[in-house]
Amino acid sequence: MGKYYQAEFETMPRDEMKKLQSERLVNTVARVYENVPYYRELMDKKGVKPKDIKSIDDLSLLPFISKDDLRDAYPYGMLAVPLADAVRIQSTSGTTGRRVVAFYTQNDVDLWDECCARAIVAVGGTKEDVVHVSYGYGLFTGGPGLNGGSHKVGSLTIPMSSGNTERQIQFMVDLESTILCCTPSYAAYLAETVHEMGLRDKIKLKAGIFGAEAWSEEMRHHIEDRLGIKAYDIYGLTEISGPGVSFECEEQTGMHINEDHFIAEIINPITGEVLPDGEKGELVFTSISKEAFPLLRYRTRDICVLSREKCSCGRTLVKMAKPMGRSDDMLIIRGVNVFPSQIETVLIGCGFEANYQLVVDRVNYSDTLEVKVEMTPAMFSDEIRKLEGLDNQVEAKLKSMLGIQANVTLVAPKSITRSEGKAVRVIDNRGGKL
Amino acid sequence: MTLDQLSVFVENRPGKLVEVIETIGAAGIDLRAMSIADTADFGVLRLIVDKPDSAFKTLTEAGYVVKVNKVLPVTIDDTPGSLGKVLRLLSDNGVNVEYLYAFVAHGKDRAYVIIRVEDNDAATKVLDGAGIPLASAAEIYAQ
Repeated sequence: MGKYYQAEFETMPRDEMKKLQSERLVNTVARVYENVPYYRELMDKKGVKPKDIKSIDDLSLLPFISKDDLRDAYPYGMLAVPLADAVRIQSTSGTTGRRVVAFYTQNDVDLWDECCARAIVAVGGTKEDVVHVSYGYGLFTGGPGLNGGSHKVGSLTIPMSSGNTERQIQFMVDLESTILCCTPSYAAYLAETVHEMGLRDKIKLKAGIFGAEAWSEEMRHHIEDRLGIKAYDIYGLTEISGPGVSFECEEQTGMHINEDHFIAEIINPITGEVLPDGEKGELVFTSISKEAFPLLRYRTRDICVLSREKCSCGRTLVKMAKPMGRSDDMLIIRGVNVFPSQIETVLIGCGFEANYQLVVDRVNYSDTLEVKVEMTPAMFSDEIRKLEGLDNQVEAKLKSMLGIQANVTLVAPKSITRSEGKAVRVIDNRGGKL
Repeated sequence: MTLDQLSVFVENRPGKLVEVIETIGAAGIDLRAMSIADTADFGVLRLIVDKPDSAFKTLTEAGYVVKVNKVLPVTIDDTPGSLGKVLRLLSDNGVNVEYLYAFVAHGKDRAYVIIRVEDNDAATKVLDGAGIPLASAAEIYAQ
């Protein structure tokens, strides 16, 4: 296997890609209009008929759909094939209330696995590799996605799932895992534990594929350094298929979107207007190959930028920058938009590790932001003056980046609750307070 | 002659200080002297113990952030004015004291002042020049 898993699509000339996307879009729109009453109603309401969609140039005629639509249609309202043809569901965590359930036919599972296989090959994975999957398995798409991708590549797959960190590391040493797949916060935690166990020299990892959370460039360097690997980003969402909607190549400058399956747009999140490449806005996906659960113009809530600059890896697929965070994660503090990833960048830039928590509250009608960050041996000093200087330095940098005053609190190591899946970064206590 | 001092990061919350003290106590480590400097959020506990290496290991393994610094154990007479003389000497010679704490020797007319300065060599030279003795680690640990 070469540099690509499916060179035909990954390096397809742009005009051919546009033709392929147009063909698939036209078919998908006709099919959902026919089979999904929810879409038919939405399109009728907007006065769009399938015949109006002749190519991807007509994409903006279609209505948007949002997570609320998927919740309204729960459980079967968006299913576009007979139940007999669907073979799998995956689901979102449902922390905000009703879950979203996504359906897959066997072809859908295969195309998802292929997308993940592209990601594994892009980081240098071959059938000789041992792929250690520490994403959760089950309803969460992380584990099943990378597991399927690794099978397609033909790598030896270790379906570890999350948790039991010491056993993870034991397997990593004994089976000589070469590629680690998990959330970046868990990768950082694993790295820390590997060092504590004194096993850094016994680890054979060469690359990691980390996604399902927003993480900063500084955190990438930290993980790369601690584990002696190259750390790559992967992006996806259950609604669209799961991990592998886009993936990073050796250039590490953004994630190539698998455009033969997913059309990406960037819109102004307030007006819905489509923005040109290079402008920052909300990412919108239309899945054009999916059978069971195709989505038209799905608003991801992720804020990012697309780039069509030529990539040295040879792929012609558009690249998306690391999302600045979900607009759901975005905090509005005293009227200022704040993403946890911005704060992480400042903390790591000052020498701390990415173990922090943001506590937002409202005192005397005004928002307050407290940034708790764990002390590390490298940052500690016996002199209070130096520690207070550190505190002030972080506060000054946050102030200059965010434009608001934050109160930085240094806390003891491991005092911030860590989850082995997704990190809990924000505690917002403002609910209901004036 | 310098002495190893351990500094431990302690959150300024009820029960946090006693946890540190109990941890080293349980490991059979004897305290010689200590001081704490605190802010609203956290404190730095500075310890002189009889077995600094094993105290460092014990505390690190218990998950604490610990740092070891070299400090100067200055011996002075336990009489009014002796500390002032030492500090005046250091000050006049441009040696900046970051912090200090003192304890009295058992059954002797002597006291020890643990002094933390930026430049131990420069401070030692000044003290030596004035004939002010530094205690050895063995002497402090035997207290």
